[in-house]
Amino acid sequence: MATQHSRSAARLMVAPAVILLFIWMIVPLVMTLLFSFMDYRPMRGVYDCCVGFQNYSRFMGSSAFWDSVFTTLRMVGGILGITVVGGVLLALLLDRPMWGQGIVRILVIAPFFVMPTVSALVWKNMFMNPVNGLFAYVWKFFGMQPVDWLSQAPLFSIIFIVSWQWLPFATLILLTAIQSLDSEQMEAAEMDGAPVLSRFFYIILPHLGRAITVVILIETIFLLSVFAEIFVTTGGAFGTRTLTYLIYQRVIESQNIGLGSAGGIFAVILANIVALFLMRIVGKTLDK
Amino acid sequence: MARAVSNRQKAYYTIAAWAVGLLIFFPILWIILTSFKTEAEAIADPPSFFLFEWTTENYGVVQERSNYMRFLINSVVLSVGSTILGILIAVPAAWSMAFVPGKRTKDVLLWMLSTKMMPAVGVLFPMVLIARFFNIYDSYIMLIFVLMMINLPIIIWMLYTYFKEIPGEILEAARMDGASLRNEIIYVLTPMAVPGIASTMLLNIILAWNEAFWTLNLTTVNAAPLTAFIASYSSPEGLFYAKLSAASTMAIAPILIMGWFSQKQLVRGLTFGAVK
Repeated sequence: MATQHSRSAARLMVAPAVILLFIWMIVPLVMTLLFSFMDYRPMRGVYDCCVGFQNYSRFMGSSAFWDSVFTTLRMVGGILGITVVGGVLLALLLDRPMWGQGIVRILVIAPFFVMPTVSALVWKNMFMNPVNGLFAYVWKFFGMQPVDWLSQAPLFSIIFIVSWQWLPFATLILLTAIQSLDSEQMEAAEMDGAPVLSRFFYIILPHLGRAITVVILIETIFLLSVFAEIFVTTGGAFGTRTLTYLIYQRVIESQNIGLGSAGGIFAVILANIVALFLMRIVGKTLDK
Repeated sequence: MARAVSNRQKAYYTIAAWAVGLLIFFPILWIILTSFKTEAEAIADPPSFFLFEWTTENYGVVQERSNYMRFLINSVVLSVGSTILGILIAVPAAWSMAFVPGKRTKDVLLWMLSTKMMPAVGVLFPMVLIARFFNIYDSYIMLIFVLMMINLPIIIWMLYTYFKEIPGEILEAARMDGASLRNEIIYVLTPMAVPGIASTMLLNIILAWNEAFWTLNLTTVNAAPLTAFIASYSSPEGLFYAKLSAASTMAIAPILIMGWFSQKQLVRGLTFGAVK
């Protein structure tokens, strides 16, 4: 067993990380909390230190807030639906025996490594552009009117772009989970004559349950703060203003610090609700 | 999958998987192809796939015209710098939590993870203010610190799961033989931990390279990495597809290659050991 000496040495070695993370977490958060009770608009020279909960009631009372909440829910829900369903199907396919499995895996995983600004800009200009985009050519080829994706179906376009980036993540994690499935169980079910669909619903899907939950939680945390993809494509216009983007606009563009900070606190609470569930799952694996 | 599958079935799976794989990869392929076209060819109707005159002039133009090199250097400095700094802080922490766990170790680990859940936009203004106050807005110091902090929980967690796999008996044997804590770390632990540390670094360089909230909001010119460079590329639409593609290819190529090497570690690093 570790001696008293090595124990205190161990505490000393954790200290820098703990202290840094504590400062990192608490200082900006307290500042945001303080600002959220101020009427602070530096561009107009307005500064009133104590306005109580006025920012909160104004932020949550505005129609922009509720629109942004629904936009956020639609966006996150849409992306989760596409990536989880697509990820399960893709993982099942990649798990089958085939030639060149390694290469296919590499092709599928690649979008995850593409910088968000690159993928947003490339999709916007080279694919979704109504004049020169590749989609426009395909539409014309089939005799259809090209679609101006980012103004006619802006939220769908962003869901599409972000799903392209996160589908590999879901696939990779679900594939890892499928590969840990006991193959004897599958063989037994097969021998007993269980049809493909029931094998999927009664053996594979329950086995994947935990991995799917983890994918949903981790993606949700990242997706709630999707920023670059909106920044580059629509700039929050045409009903693509998520909560994150609305707060960004309040703080940076209209420089209404108090209002933006109240929104920031709201975003922190929202993220923490999701985080709570994730932590419980991760915590359980630590006990093993 | 050890089951016998007929070649015919295997052929179907192969065709289906390759079709889906190529479809998903196609946008990246398209960027790379377009980067070798002339601007006229890039918007040609109908688009040409391989039968065009290949040119590398876009790469030259992008590098000359737009200080591409500075952005590239910034990306390298920020991602590698923040990763190395993070590793220096994380290795002792992860080491001690893995080998000398206390009652609170699990709580500390989970708490560290929870700091990662903080939505960046919630603390946007304080960060800008802090940067301005210390006069480090748009500087390496600020960005390296921020990038290190947002990835520190992931670094610690990854290292922790790697260190956990090192058998504790070896360390105890070394301790019995009278090795000091320092010697134990240098001669026993480090050689066994190097592969884990290397893959942790690889994944974190990727995450830092692609980070696109703080790098867009805390930089203007001096410390701006490739994410900001590409975002500034929204020039008049339709005119510069080939150059945009060349710039994009250069921005994603190193990370794609590193990413392919680290795909196994990706699962471990991003699910905090919850999926194995």
